[in-house]
Amino acid sequence: MTMERRSFLKLMGAGAGLGAASLMTGCAGLGMEGPTGGRRVVVVGGGYGGTIAAKYIRMMDKSIEVVLVERNDHFVSCPFSNLYIGGLMKDLSPLTINYDKLAANHGIKFVQAEVTGVDAGAKLVRTSRGDIRYDRLVLSPGIDFRTEEIKGYNLATTPDVMPHAWKAGPQTVLLRKQLEAMPAGGTVVMSIPLAPFRCPPGPYERASMIAMYLKQHKPKSKIVVLDANPDIVSKKGLFLKGWKKHYEGIIDYRPAKKVTEIDAAKKTVLIEGLEDVRGDVVNVIPPQRAGAIAVAAGLIGPDKNWCPVNPTTFESTLRKDIHVIGDACVAGAMPKSGYSANSEAKSCATNIVNAMNGRELVDMSGINTCYSYLSAKEAVSVTGVYLVDKAKNAIVAAPGSVAVSPDLSELEAIYAESWLKNILTEMSS
Amino acid sequence: MKISRFKWALSAAALAMSASAFAAPPTPAMISNACAGCHGTNGASAGPSMPSLAGHNKESIVTAMKKFKSGERPGTVMGRLAKGYSDADFVAMADFFSKQKFHATSQALDAAKVARGKSLEEESCSRCHMESGKEGKDDSPIMASQWLPYLEIQMNQYLSGHRKMPEKMAEKVKPLSKQDLDALLHFYASVK
Ligand code: HEC
Ligand code: HEC
Repeated sequence: MTMERRSFLKLMGAGAGLGAASLMTGCAGLGMEGPTGGRRVVVVGGGYGGTIAAKYIRMMDKSIEVVLVERNDHFVSCPFSNLYIGGLMKDLSPLTINYDKLAANHGIKFVQAEVTGVDAGAKLVRTSRGDIRYDRLVLSPGIDFRTEEIKGYNLATTPDVMPHAWKAGPQTVLLRKQLEAMPAGGTVVMSIPLAPFRCPPGPYERASMIAMYLKQHKPKSKIVVLDANPDIVSKKGLFLKGWKKHYEGIIDYRPAKKVTEIDAAKKTVLIEGLEDVRGDVVNVIPPQRAGAIAVAAGLIGPDKNWCPVNPTTFESTLRKDIHVIGDACVAGAMPKSGYSANSEAKSCATNIVNAMNGRELVDMSGINTCYSYLSAKEAVSVTGVYLVDKAKNAIVAAPGSVAVSPDLSELEAIYAESWLKNILTEMSS
Repeated sequence: MKISRFKWALSAAALAMSASAFAAPPTPAMISNACAGCHGTNGASAGPSMPSLAGHNKESIVTAMKKFKSGERPGTVMGRLAKGYSDADFVAMADFFSKQKFHATSQALDAAKVARGKSLEEESCSRCHMESGKEGKDDSPIMASQWLPYLEIQMNQYLSGHRKMPEKMAEKVKPLSKQDLDALLHFYASVK
């Protein structure tokens, strides 16, 4: 293993899934480093964006070879993971999908491997199991954390003590375990980074779910929410209404409190050197940027965090033949959500197929919906329809289409459950 | 291994596959694929309360979308979403979903209720929900294989006056007991 590779793996926080040994034997190869025949799309990342891009390319054109590369053999959904944290699910199985049926139904080649780099010049994806050549590459890498902006935060150790739980899986389980282990009368501290971050209403839903759990199981406990933003970022009126209705005296919401330093041993967070707050359970959600692979591939734009893309094709404006979808890209007015990633993937897939067949490109028409639970039985949603504004060369909201629920709703909670079922089924079959 | 460096100074315009300025307007498939995150791929819902749209009749989809948009039909999300589309978009979606393969669901249903519903449907409902609910007269929606929890939510909205029932349908629904209506919905959900 070369120095560069080693440092890059460190950067990616790799080694989580695969041991060093398997990484080194990876050079045995997949036999995919040679010429492609001109019709191979490699998709990196098997989440809300990547699965859909892979599937829809194959649905539209079976002559295009699609290789889906993902480090895990399964995927756990971030949407709805707050319900698990709040105790509404007994395990993560309702949030978990695998790739067997998706691959079999659509003839997608699934490769479980860690992507270690992209050589845009040679059109190669470097993976722990060998190189894969592409004609077009779709990256749906999700997010990674800008931990360097929080003094004392060590990505290798801090999340074991102060879980972020902003990538669903073991972190989600750990946060719930910590809540269960906390004595009654304890304090939970949660910190929210400056926007933009993955899932704008997510932190406020989490505060609601944790408060619900405390109310039921840990009398006299409270949750202090330290929000770096000047105000609640999404669905403000509805969250405030729900908190007043259910969690008065349990949620202590403090705007404009940016966590700049942590002391994991003391379970303390510090706010701009002015104030420190200690919790029995501390859930620090660090600021975010595009997944490390997108950074390494040179796809990050002038904001230094996210990947600028063409609003029709989602092709990077910085690297030819590489497309970026999902949380990692700048999709104009579309929020960083699972539903957005699903819509973006379809526009990207359609136009990759069009381009590979010399056909005219088609502008996107997309949707976003985010459901959030306020209690065991009530949910709210934000919805929007999105299209390309030619003059601005950007994705904008269709006038009048972006709106939130009029009130907390039991019916929305019923539909939200079916939303989860449908979108995960769409991704896994 | 060589990892490409941070070089966003490279000319963006020269690299982009194409400017969106040259792209065609969204096709019916592009518009409709966006609905699949809730309604299932090609409108085949995995349930249990999201309705399937696959293979449904064009007129009923257009009517539903127009009524959602105007507010005449209550909805949780559809009223808001419909505001993002034009009448021409509604026709495009309806065209797309009506051409998809009908989605036969398998739901756990009470066999006795299904049988009771079957004995009632011809007399009460088949004038509009034709062929055991596989066809819809004019803008009557297809109900065969539709998810039962969805049908129940809708029937409750009719009965509570929340959703306005077509007059001729109301004439047939009014004389029926709650049990009979429930049986009818079970029957339609069972039709493959
Ligand atoms: C966020 C989830 C969601 C999205 C996205 C969505 N729908 Fe719906 N749809 C629903 C729900 C929920 C209902 C039931 C009515 C309600 O509560 O709004 C529904 C009902 C409908 C119905 C009525 C079906 C019937 O049999 O009466 C139609 C037609 C429909 N949707 C079409 C569409 C189309 C077309 C799109 C895409 C433009 C779409 N929907 C996008 C959730 C969604
Ligand atoms: C005269 C024609 C007619 C008759 C008879 C009729 N319906 Fe309907 N039905 C309609 C129409 C039209 C709609 C859609 C109306 C709307 O926009 O709300 C509808 C909608 C429905 C829906 C909502 C389905 C959905 O996808 O949203 C249910 C459930 C339903 N009917 C049940 C019944 C039952 C049960 C009977 C027999 C007792 C019946 N209908 C008889 C015309 C009819």
